[in-house]
Amino acid sequence: MNSFRHSAAHPPAAAPAAAAPGQPQAAGAAPGQPQAAGALEDSERAAGTRRGLTGRITGDGRLDLGPVAVLIGIALIWIFFQAQDGNFLSSRNLSNLVLQLAVTCILALGVVLVLIAGEIDLSLGSVTGMCGVLLGVLLTQHGWPAWAAIIVTLALGLAAGLLQGLVTVLVGVPSFLVTLGGFLTFFGVQLALVGSAGQISIADPSVIAIANDYVAKALSWIAVAVIAVLLAALQVARRSAWRREGLQQPAWRGVLAVALPVAGLIIVVGYLNQYLGVPYLLVILLALIGGLGWVTQRSVYGRHLYAVGGNAEAARRAGVRVGAIRVSVLAASGLLAGLAGVVSASRLYAVDSNLGGGTLLLEAIAAAVIGGTSLFGGRGRIYHALLGAIVIESVENGLDLLGQSAATKNIATGIILVLAVCIDSVNRRRQAHTR
Amino acid sequence: MTALARTPDATATAPLLRLRGIRKSYGPVQALRGVDLDIAAGQVHALVGDNGAGKSTLIKVMSGSVHADAGQIEFDGRPVRLHSPAAAAGLGIATVYQDLALCENLDVVANLFLGREFSDRPLIGSLRRLREPQMHRRAQQTLDSLSIRIPSLRTPVGSLSGGQRQAVAVGRAVLWGSRLVLLDEPTAALGVEQTAQVLRLIRDVAARGLAVLVISHSLPDVFQVADQISVLRLGANAGTFDRRATSAQAIVAAITGGLGIEGAM
Repeated sequence: MNSFRHSAAHPPAAAPAAAAPGQPQAAGAAPGQPQAAGALEDSERAAGTRRGLTGRITGDGRLDLGPVAVLIGIALIWIFFQAQDGNFLSSRNLSNLVLQLAVTCILALGVVLVLIAGEIDLSLGSVTGMCGVLLGVLLTQHGWPAWAAIIVTLALGLAAGLLQGLVTVLVGVPSFLVTLGGFLTFFGVQLALVGSAGQISIADPSVIAIANDYVAKALSWIAVAVIAVLLAALQVARRSAWRREGLQQPAWRGVLAVALPVAGLIIVVGYLNQYLGVPYLLVILLALIGGLGWVTQRSVYGRHLYAVGGNAEAARRAGVRVGAIRVSVLAASGLLAGLAGVVSASRLYAVDSNLGGGTLLLEAIAAAVIGGTSLFGGRGRIYHALLGAIVIESVENGLDLLGQSAATKNIATGIILVLAVCIDSVNRRRQAHTR
Repeated sequence: MTALARTPDATATAPLLRLRGIRKSYGPVQALRGVDLDIAAGQVHALVGDNGAGKSTLIKVMSGSVHADAGQIEFDGRPVRLHSPAAAAGLGIATVYQDLALCENLDVVANLFLGREFSDRPLIGSLRRLREPQMHRRAQQTLDSLSIRIPSLRTPVGSLSGGQRQAVAVGRAVLWGSRLVLLDEPTAALGVEQTAQVLRLIRDVAARGLAVLVISHSLPDVFQVADQISVLRLGANAGTFDRRATSAQAIVAAITGGLGIEGAM
């Protein structure tokens, strides 16, 4: 009886999963608006309701299907693990999942940016490790204050990315090779920084707080309310801007663009508040996704990012500063890797030569691709990073709960990646046929 | 006084673009051996010739991507130097390349405005917010005025037909306020129906008062669309013909160098 009620409570529990993605998606649904205006024509309105939610600037049919397929995948994974272990969907475990996926997700954000512009960054893991270790050295060995150490650490990540970007663009070497060199170089720097210490522990309370503290519950609800009001205001302003040009978009789109993210937030915050509250890391993640989502979908820079990834020569002829765009995405992914280093250090209470190594880089790239971003440039959305990270980390987390070994985890993650790419390819081909 | 009177007079009668004695060599190969060309506003001017006659080199000179070794270029009655594509674009010379230079992953509006997006003043750093509604409306107006029909302006260009893509590329030139549009083989890859649409579009563009130069291999297309037909042969002029006063045979003769047409310039 009890267990029945328990499982009955879970569908809503599953909702945060669907909702958390709903979040960035809504950050993306805002971008969906300009597209929504395309719905001026009836033919287009008939083209399907879901399309408007996910947007089409970057998208052909492939992207329109993408998020739904991934969400279904996440639901299946969650149902599976919940069936195996009743604790999987507990607020405690999902709270833990958020902390687990943060580093992968932050790195995957960088991967998405870089992939949209048609580049690749293989140095992300090494930069994460190097920056994390630098943070430890500055805090523990040199006694720096947390804020200064964090700023210098982030600056190092930015500099590493910037350097690779400049070499890529100025010398004209593919970023694949430059960042492969960076991967080795920065790992070497990491080893040198660790030196004979082996492991550097981190005790600074404010650094530790980043990955281990939670937003006060009352405050989290106030934040939800503020975000809801802001989203609604933004939506009203946007609609009136379109109306001023004599263009109208269906009202339901506007309503959904506010209602979906807010409903998602309420579910997530409510569920996490049953445990310790909303982790600061989730706030950081959502802020990054919202901010980068805006930049990629709403700004001139973002438009140029897609143009460079889609057809660099056409972009160049149109006056887009292709080189500057390429440098900027590699710099941004370096900065994000620096942030991932800070978060890792905070989460692990210590840094060593293993930080940022192992499968981290490949998991970040896999997350971006599983989320729906193309490896071939010009197609991808910021929220894909979160979707993909949820998939990968859910599997890891679930297999951990079941006491499975690293071997099983790697095999499962690998299969899921290949599966995602296969589904994606089949979808794309089918769409191409029906077009 | 005379100067004031001269300017409008000059624009009314003089050609928009006037090339005189354009020469260009690639090493020992003389691609252009002193070519003259006058292109008038409101007219469609076709440039024909066999492979290697110098058509591509000439269009590159006009679009600023190739620098002529010798010769004068006048635009709007004033001598100009087309030392870069940007300089040509600055004068209002737009080139629609054979590959169209479109981003297939971007939608129609994004392609139309690529590199010249409407935006607000910078927010943070150099991040500027796109003004989508304004761009959307302008795009719609421009395409409507050219009778270009595309199901949705938010369709990625990659899923449009060849003719629609050509229309987007031409629409971009018109939207950006160009005065001379250079089209390199606009109908080469198109079917019958789409070719007809693109030719109609070219006429519409000229009817707006723009000068249009079309390079084409297809004489039927040329005769359907052009007011003037200039023939290049071995890097030199082989005659300029009024479409209504000439025949396909005469053009073919000029292209191949038969029947004493040489020296018609």
